[in-house]
Amino acid sequence: MNAMPPATTALTVNGAEHRIAAAPMTRLSAVLRDQCGLTGTKVGCEAGDCGACTVLIDGVQACACLVPLGQVADAAVTTVEGLAADPLGAALQRSFLAHGAAQCGICTPGMLLAAMDLLARTPAPDEAQVQAALGGVLCRCTGYRKIIEAVMDAHRHAPLPAPPQTGAAVGARMVRADGAARVAGTALYGDDAAPADALHLRCIRSPHAHARFTIGDLGPLLARHPGLVRVLTAADVPGRNGFGIYADIKDQPVFAEGLVRYRGDAVCALVGDAATLAAIRAEDLPIAWQPLPAHATPAEALGGAPVQDRWADNVLTTGRVVSGNLEAGFAAAAHVVEGEWRTGFVEHAYIEPEAGYAVRVGDRIEVHCSTQAPAMDREEVAGVLGLPMEAVRIVPTACGGGFGGKLDAGIQPMLALAAWITGRPVRCALPRAESMASSTKRHPAAIAARAACDASGRLTAFAFDGTYDTGAYASWGPTVAGRVPVHAMGPYRVPAVNARARAVFTHNPPSGAFRGFGVPQAAIAQEALWDRLADALGMDRLEFRLLNALRPGNTTATGQRLEHSVGLVECLDALRPRWQALRAEAAAANARGGALRHGVGIACMWYGIGNTGMSNPSTMRITLDAAGRLVFWNGAVDIGQGSTTVLLQIAVDALGLPAAAFDQVMGDTDLTEDAGKTSASRQTFVSGRAAQEAGAALRRAILRRANAGDDAPLRLEGTRLHAGEAVLDLAALDAPLEGVGRFDPPTVPLDADGQGIPYATYGFAAQVAALAVDTDLGTVTLKRIVAAHDVGRTINPTLVEGQIHGGIAQGIGLALMEEYLPGRTENLHDYLIPTVGDVPPIECILVEAAEPLGPYGAKGIGEPALVPTAPAILSAIRDATGAEITRVPALPHRVLEAMSR
Amino acid sequence: MTTIYPGTLMAASAYHRPSTLPDALALLRDAAPAILAGATDLYPARAAAEAWMRQGPERPILDITGIAALRGIAHGPEGTRIGAAVTWAEIRDAARLPPAFDGLRAAAREVGGAQVQNRATVLGNLCNASPAADGAPPLLALGACVEVASAARGTRTLPLAAFILGNRRTALAPDELATALLVPSQSPTARGGVLKLGARSHLVISIAMAAGVIDTRSGRVTAARLAVGACSPVAQRLLQAEAAILGQPADPEALAAAILPRHLGPLAPIDDVRATAAYRRHAALVLLRRLVAGLAGADTRREAA
Repeated sequence: MNAMPPATTALTVNGAEHRIAAAPMTRLSAVLRDQCGLTGTKVGCEAGDCGACTVLIDGVQACACLVPLGQVADAAVTTVEGLAADPLGAALQRSFLAHGAAQCGICTPGMLLAAMDLLARTPAPDEAQVQAALGGVLCRCTGYRKIIEAVMDAHRHAPLPAPPQTGAAVGARMVRADGAARVAGTALYGDDAAPADALHLRCIRSPHAHARFTIGDLGPLLARHPGLVRVLTAADVPGRNGFGIYADIKDQPVFAEGLVRYRGDAVCALVGDAATLAAIRAEDLPIAWQPLPAHATPAEALGGAPVQDRWADNVLTTGRVVSGNLEAGFAAAAHVVEGEWRTGFVEHAYIEPEAGYAVRVGDRIEVHCSTQAPAMDREEVAGVLGLPMEAVRIVPTACGGGFGGKLDAGIQPMLALAAWITGRPVRCALPRAESMASSTKRHPAAIAARAACDASGRLTAFAFDGTYDTGAYASWGPTVAGRVPVHAMGPYRVPAVNARARAVFTHNPPSGAFRGFGVPQAAIAQEALWDRLADALGMDRLEFRLLNALRPGNTTATGQRLEHSVGLVECLDALRPRWQALRAEAAAANARGGALRHGVGIACMWYGIGNTGMSNPSTMRITLDAAGRLVFWNGAVDIGQGSTTVLLQIAVDALGLPAAAFDQVMGDTDLTEDAGKTSASRQTFVSGRAAQEAGAALRRAILRRANAGDDAPLRLEGTRLHAGEAVLDLAALDAPLEGVGRFDPPTVPLDADGQGIPYATYGFAAQVAALAVDTDLGTVTLKRIVAAHDVGRTINPTLVEGQIHGGIAQGIGLALMEEYLPGRTENLHDYLIPTVGDVPPIECILVEAAEPLGPYGAKGIGEPALVPTAPAILSAIRDATGAEITRVPALPHRVLEAMSR
Repeated sequence: MTTIYPGTLMAASAYHRPSTLPDALALLRDAAPAILAGATDLYPARAAAEAWMRQGPERPILDITGIAALRGIAHGPEGTRIGAAVTWAEIRDAARLPPAFDGLRAAAREVGGAQVQNRATVLGNLCNASPAADGAPPLLALGACVEVASAARGTRTLPLAAFILGNRRTALAPDELATALLVPSQSPTARGGVLKLGARSHLVISIAMAAGVIDTRSGRVTAARLAVGACSPVAQRLLQAEAAILGQPADPEALAAAILPRHLGPLAPIDDVRATAAYRRHAALVLLRRLVAGLAGADTRREAA
């Protein structure tokens, strides 16, 4: 019989020998990251569900989180860090960059290695082979299509595309400025850079949706576990034990005080060494629970006991837009349709769970974390610790996906508290189940809506009542309730509107920000009504939308006259040939009979860019110093969408120096100005305009000092700056030259009837979905999506397409498979997001109805990409089968049930 | 569905990776270890438990992947022996298997992603005994047995239906190790298939799965084994459905029509996050009908060719 294995295990990683001193059951992912220091291997689930940790073991792909060290003794492991040494690996990395196949980059190492397994055997694979090889790696950003292209193209060993010329950067397919680190695996995410001596933090969370609890004497627990340094509770919070998005609603406690309001609510936190924390079990903790009845739905909460005393009726916010004479609109109508719809919780499912570390530096605290909103995190941490803002520094790490879920303060306050109190660095990375249980979600919505049109098809009235489950704490609930009624009627001229959205507290996870802030749910109802009206009229569904589409000069239901950049008509016109062709293909396929029924659907959307009727400025700064160093001080967080690249392209053209001349300092609240959060599709529009102003201001400063003309081309050579014929000796500067740009989109707050100018500009779009429904099983197979988006001006087509693809993928998830059920789908095998095989070919049509306020005419794309997808899919299911889907996700059993109604 | 947690595997716990079967069986007798092969069920269960700090007591680990006798696929006059260490990828890529194994090979392509297929073992899938185990229906359709060994009692062989007893429950005694799958010799003309139904294209737990092996001669069905998974605590052979198509002309439509709802009696589907019970029962029928039609159609095409 074998004796105990030797104390160390031999392992070859990327050709280098390692002797690993770790227990044989240690996951290979942990060995690579913690022992070998190769943090390019990412951990997303520790369950083989996401594939982010995919490595090659003797050339064959495996999830490193599922492989015990004991099974790889003497094996050769290849990680992302080893790829570049192989010419094929390097070619694959370049192909990922050229195709825009990496966005946030957290799945990129896994994708690259899964692809290498295939390419080593099949250098020029077809799409089906790529899908089979990549089927085990989830991506939440890209929609997979560009990844497939990149893998299929790698065998060409193409060089990287050249960077764009100065003056032609805007509009160019420039490679991501932060891309090289993402494909090399060297970008450092929330769990990649903690100091070696950091303590670990483990949050203890409620297993109950609603309960009272008491924490007994912690002394014995601390005595039993010498490695347990501290147990933090509400009593340890020196400042305000609450955080939240709104200055007057800091309702979510860092640690609950005797009462928990959802499964996942934070109760206390253990701080100690990793092995100690791993050994402590829930039953070891002196916590006594007294479960209480819980409101599982808004219907139960309305009229029930308050979730929070401050809101006796459990209504957090009611948003309202009222215009025109609704009764007259319905009374005069030729056709009236109505219906009710329900959507569920949707999980952001960023592949990087919440992670970061905090360090106390004297009387200041630093938090390094994966976030979408460093300036807001700074305020929250200062408030919780009772410190002045100046004492808090937030340093965003690379962010492995956000989609709205990393806008809340998350683990930052408790990490900061732990480091502040212990005086030692403290780190934390949430396990997937904890991340899913504790983080915010997309609001489930119950919507009743009614619409009418006259005999010619012109809309006459629209009524909308949405009840949004906002969960236990406010988070972004008021934002959702405010944004929904503005958008509820969609991008159409409707003379009479009454739209109401209520955010209602329940004992569910807090619903917060998720790509679209409630608008995707509303669009499902609104677009379904248009299909019914078009059918009642006998009118083509695209033409019906076109007839009613907003045009420049129209006034919205909030009383805002839209002067510029209303490109919906162009979108629909551009789609028409594809719509007609796809309709003909579907009809031909249906004529052949069989269980598959083909259908084509269409939906439109509009989306206000930036905050709703509220200031949301951004400040950008560019400096040129005596050493010839050109620095772009950019506080906008790139969560994968590409703002680092887009803002640079804008700055390049505004200033007139090439991208390669710039250093970028990103996000750090000590070094950059507040650019505002990365949300509401606002960075290209708001920070982009600020970047344009900053570039232009620096250019003016240079030209003034060089005494050169406005058109003088700039060229930087060391410390010599050429401006046309003039030469500026930068070494002689006594202070850096500086350009600062600030932009705050002009809005007017909404009044009690929702009248005002909620947004300075809007994105518009229309999407067409073609699919087949298996009428025996209710399964849906997507065939194609054609997406026409008015983006004002395309700064970078590759990145815009990437946003559209990724938004569509999330729209597919919303429509067909995603449903978070607290306590039941807390992992990525019961909670399904689209895989590489679930996103059909996508055609992007970019419409440019220039926005005069935007940088070079640009608006935003992040959220607009998602909004029309689900309604277009549901429209196509109805076209194929007649089934009215009123509850998403349209799981097979629901589709079949709807078909039988 | 309940999940049992096979015990946390803390850094300090004992780990054994013997190279012979007798060594493994002695360990199993003496140390009450958790048995580990591909580790693709063990680590996820561990992660789920640890996320809520509900990890079970530490158990020693018996890793069977170092045992040469458990490796490989062997063909003999009695049939095919699939060792306990054989992965899904080995089945997926085993070009020498007769067409009756096509269903098992198709299932192999749909068990998790390629990463899981490369590590997870076929027999481990059965030992994990999930109601949705994708290995169970095609192996029932192949008439597979499980070979089980212990230090005290030597070797015994159980039909698959007697090996998996319930949701996460097998007939293995604490000192027993499942050592191989034994698939009886298959007719060279028999064809196998599976149809898996899930809500996405990859990495999906089955809502329902139908599997079958059908043999035909002179245009008639001469042998049929049909099974359905994810519609009862344990995947079920459907003997009445088999009887309904046995001896029938191998006409796709007629065979499909011969399978009736009442033949699905052994199924006991439940409502869960993936589907309703009623839908599962309906889907099982649709899948079975398509499966037999497809297998008969394939046969017709082959004869016509």
